[in-house]
Amino acid sequence: MSTESVPDWPPAVAGGTGSPDESYLLRLYVTGVTPNSVRAIANLKRICEEHLQGRYQLEVIDIYQQPELATHEQVIAAPTLIKELPLPLRRIIGDLSNSERVLVGLNLRRRD
Amino acid sequence: MNPEKPLLPKSPTGIQGLDEITGGGLPTGRPTLVCGDAGCGKTLLAMEFLVRGATRFNEPGVFMAFEETGAELAQNVASLGFDLDALIAAGRLVVDYVYIERSEIEETGEFDLEGLFVRLGYAIDSIGARRVVLDTVETLFAGLPNPLILRAELRRLFRWLKDRGVTAIITGERGAGSLTRQGLEEYVSDCVIVLDHRVKDLISTRRLRVVKYRGSTHGTNEYPFVIDSDGIAVLPITSLGLGHSASTERVSSGIPRLDAMLAGAGFYRGSSILVSGTAGTGKTSLAGHFAAAACGRGERVLFFAFEESPSQIVRNLGSVGIDLAPWVAKGLLRFLAARPTVAGLELHLTTMHKAILEFRPHIVIIDPLNSFISAGNEIEVKAMLLRLLDFLKMSQITGFFTKLTAGGSALEHTDAAISSLIDSWLVLLAIESGGERNRAFSILKSRGMAHSNQTREFLLTAQGVELRDVYVGPGGVLTGSARLTQEAQDAAAQLARRHEIAHGQRELEHRRATLEAQIASLRNEFAIQEADTLAAVERHQAREAQLDQERADMAASRKADAPGTDGGQS
Repeated sequence: MSTESVPDWPPAVAGGTGSPDESYLLRLYVTGVTPNSVRAIANLKRICEEHLQGRYQLEVIDIYQQPELATHEQVIAAPTLIKELPLPLRRIIGDLSNSERVLVGLNLRRRD
Repeated sequence: MNPEKPLLPKSPTGIQGLDEITGGGLPTGRPTLVCGDAGCGKTLLAMEFLVRGATRFNEPGVFMAFEETGAELAQNVASLGFDLDALIAAGRLVVDYVYIERSEIEETGEFDLEGLFVRLGYAIDSIGARRVVLDTVETLFAGLPNPLILRAELRRLFRWLKDRGVTAIITGERGAGSLTRQGLEEYVSDCVIVLDHRVKDLISTRRLRVVKYRGSTHGTNEYPFVIDSDGIAVLPITSLGLGHSASTERVSSGIPRLDAMLAGAGFYRGSSILVSGTAGTGKTSLAGHFAAAACGRGERVLFFAFEESPSQIVRNLGSVGIDLAPWVAKGLLRFLAARPTVAGLELHLTTMHKAILEFRPHIVIIDPLNSFISAGNEIEVKAMLLRLLDFLKMSQITGFFTKLTAGGSALEHTDAAISSLIDSWLVLLAIESGGERNRAFSILKSRGMAHSNQTREFLLTAQGVELRDVYVGPGGVLTGSARLTQEAQDAAAQLARRHEIAHGQRELEHRRATLEAQIASLRNEFAIQEADTLAAVERHQAREAQLDQERADMAASRKADAPGTDGGQS
């Protein structure tokens, strides 16, 4: 399990365009070090730093290592980012290269 | 495996009939596509494949459900006697429900279905599965964006399944113009099975067809199948040839006179017997005799009744002296009664099939056969009966069928043109004349024996069926009262003739007596006359003698010498 937790949890600073008080619990399910996985991790970190700085917790889970979590969390596509909190739960699939859609998925931007 | 003739390894499905059609089962280590419309039994077939694999063939399985949750599946198949929870607890089965909710998903770039692979691989490894079912993988197309990626990933998935060496069933909904909506048949090309569910004349029939089986021969027909309390049963009976052996053993019809007509010994065991006739000619009574005789020999009889309830049959046959109730109580006779329209032909056939396999009867009676006509069209009925007869013959079961002939149609006509399948055909007909209906009976054909060609009068008495000679004379064939009348007339005429002869004899006797009396009286007369005459002669002689004496005395007294006499010497 490779988990990266951002140390300053709970968030101290409000930012981004979503509801400023909400803190985010994100889990990113990747498959080893495939190009999609690597890209997804990099993209997600960038987006979080830009929009959710200080108010998010991110777990990166390698389903090769923990396949039972893939079953348990209903992961089909890889990579899959699950926004556990705030509700509603959302599944954002793909390498997260389309930042606009990631933000829509994270409820940080309205769907046009 | 035989190196000279390498055969494709196959994994038996354990589904009744399917393994016969496919020549042993599905291709081992390869994916098979099962497609069909909604509600045609895809999921069930796939589930039975897994359950049978886990319970009979020691091959644990993984069921990846895209449409139903594990709990729903377990409930749905519980009615078929599959206990999924127990199998799961025993580590013989894994049910993985794949939840996809389109509204929760946002696509943000390139992705693959590695999550699915991981889950499947994990499930397979956790129980050492040899079988996998994906039901219905096409749901992914509705739940995930980007069909291009999905297609590529599915292709990879099927390849991956092959590499894992698991025997897989992939189900797919039937699409317009193609076997599946997403054209899965392009990827899964080793074996394709199509299920179909047709409703015709309000009766539904399920059918199964193996469209393709790479590297193997297979039955190509559409085979009806049913889903009942034991799962799926496919009927591949038409694949059987005419290879049944013919028994020379004979079985009694239960009517001695009929046995006599059938070359003295009755029907052949394992033959098909048809009794046809118009309404009320005694077909069921013949069947009852046959059944009672078989039970009397200790054989088991299975009676399929399609017009009367068992108790009605027992009561009605009791009225003609055939008591079936003891045999039912003994377990030698079993009735199965159902309306022909209660189900499609195939369900009937399967029900009968299963009942026969379970009861293992020596004799099967179907009364009446042609009630199926109302449950299907002629071609289907014939196909079904052919399969049934084949099955009975293969099992050396004697089949006894009755058939109602519609009034006015030719006696030799059978609705489903089944006559060619029948070995012995008995015809009952009603003869209406002189204000009454009488039954006549004859044997239309009986293969392999020198049977009687005579028509008999068929009587239903309180002691059962009785066959009588009909009156054949100058007046034609007479039955019933006409026959009795004719017989009475004949008897009267004979009596009259006998009387006449007796009379003549008596007269002769009388005349003889008279004549003899006359002769006696004449004799008497003659005797009297004779006596008179003799007396007269005597008297006359006595008189003569006296006269002579007198004359001599006279002469002596006169002392006259008589010239005629020597006077000196007297």
